[in-house]
Amino acid sequence: MTSTVVEPIPAGFGREIGGRLRDWVPAILVFFVAIALWEGVTTLFDVETFLLPKPSDIAQAFWDDKGTLWDYGLYTFKEAAGGFALGSSFGILMALFLARFRALGSALLPFAIAANAIPIIAFAPITNNWFGLLNPFSKMAIAAVLCFFPVMVNTLRGLTSVDVRSIELMRSYGAGELQTFRSVRIPSSLPFMFTGLKVAAVLSMIGAIVGEYFGGPTNALGVSILNDTQLFNFPRAWAGIVLASAFGIVFYGAVALAERLTTSWHPSSRGFRGE
Amino acid sequence: MTEPAAAVVSIQGLTKSFRTGVTALENIDLEVAPREFVSLIGPSGCGKSTLLRIIGDLVTPSSGTIRVNGKTAHQARVDHDYGIVFQDAVLFDWRTVSKNVSLPLELLGWERARRKQRVAELLELVELTGFESSRPWQLSGGMQQRVSIARALSFDPALLLMDEPFGALDEMTRERLNLELLGIWEKAESTIVFVTHSIPEAVFLSTRVVVMSPRPGRISETIEVDLPYPRNAMTHEEPRFFELVTAVREALAAGHGGRAARDTAPAAEER
Repeated sequence: MTSTVVEPIPAGFGREIGGRLRDWVPAILVFFVAIALWEGVTTLFDVETFLLPKPSDIAQAFWDDKGTLWDYGLYTFKEAAGGFALGSSFGILMALFLARFRALGSALLPFAIAANAIPIIAFAPITNNWFGLLNPFSKMAIAAVLCFFPVMVNTLRGLTSVDVRSIELMRSYGAGELQTFRSVRIPSSLPFMFTGLKVAAVLSMIGAIVGEYFGGPTNALGVSILNDTQLFNFPRAWAGIVLASAFGIVFYGAVALAERLTTSWHPSSRGFRGE
Repeated sequence: MTEPAAAVVSIQGLTKSFRTGVTALENIDLEVAPREFVSLIGPSGCGKSTLLRIIGDLVTPSSGTIRVNGKTAHQARVDHDYGIVFQDAVLFDWRTVSKNVSLPLELLGWERARRKQRVAELLELVELTGFESSRPWQLSGGMQQRVSIARALSFDPALLLMDEPFGALDEMTRERLNLELLGIWEKAESTIVFVTHSIPEAVFLSTRVVVMSPRPGRISETIEVDLPYPRNAMTHEEPRFFELVTAVREALAAGHGGRAARDTAPAAEER
């Protein structure tokens, strides 16, 4: 920051991006070093592709079939996003409901927390049966159930852990329950809700892929990865996994960006802005 | 509207016991006339904050009667008869300074233009013009508390309840805000009930200091402060100021010491 005086770079957005990029340099460096190490070790020791293919082979496999793989990825992402939207909406609504009717909330919350510990993904074959293997809704359903709990539990925690003074203040204005929710409880729960949504974004992609492992249409990424491993086409299977990861990361990033934009006032968001 | 001569706050025989068995307040009688500045002072556990919250209908008394502006405390709260300021500013980080000040006005359904004009007036009153779009966390503690005062005054309540509003601030800021508060009190023509730990602060601000003693919380003495207004920094150096500070200190010691000798029970935390 002290360099502002000597350097002719104008203050503002450009410089902020520059500063942010500089923060990322170590991470980017580690990434490339890791890839190079992977390539080096697999080449040097002549590792079998079914154990671990070379990054260059994975990249080649992706490039050779990029159109198809991309379409598969998009199909699976749509399932994940659909499940995310469904599960998160229900999670938020349920949290609002339980926060409003506190007695019911304290009766049900232990079950919700216990349910959170259930390996919900184990139900994937069941939802496949319920909605049909080829019906994308069977994957959305498992993704939705996975998303529901973290969003609900976190949002509820946000809605109910409001500072007592804030509630007293609203009472002093003769504000009703609805006004208190709108003006205090909901805004102060947003950071909590986003914590849940970020977890849900990752879980939704896992739910869709694993759901597809138990069967689905051939144009789904999970099915494609499974088929490739069975056909010993490991570089292409790995390309599918990398693509699934990329979708997951982008999804997470999108939710995190939405968080920054809506809760810029929160201490966790304001930090990087600096003085 | 109530009669101009009627008391703003009128309390008779008020008692508050908590479910834990602790008697926070016992047999409180208190009348606050319009335009008075009454301080409640006492050690921790004397129930002064609880008393303030009972006036604001944030806590319900166990027995006794209370009227605020000639109505029940509940009706007075619903009618927006008072504004409250806490020790912490309790500002909402997701709102700008002006949005924080206009919150009660939004709840009252004021139109945008009218709100904007009122907020401008209030920020001028608390000397925060220019900070309209700042966020609470960007302000110092003293500035945050001024925002909180502006918010409490926004709908022009007849009564201002203040719960150790300057307790968390440094001495310099506290003295400046004391002066500002007296200015606001004179301009706004309101009535103030003020809870404090500080003897000089109570004497400097008030028309009357109500000294409370703990376990159970009672009013042990009431001291009229006959220092003339407007008071200023020089007031702190007048002999009469020191006499009154001494009088309050002795009243506190009498209320506290008299009981402490035979009171072996552990201190009940206030609220």
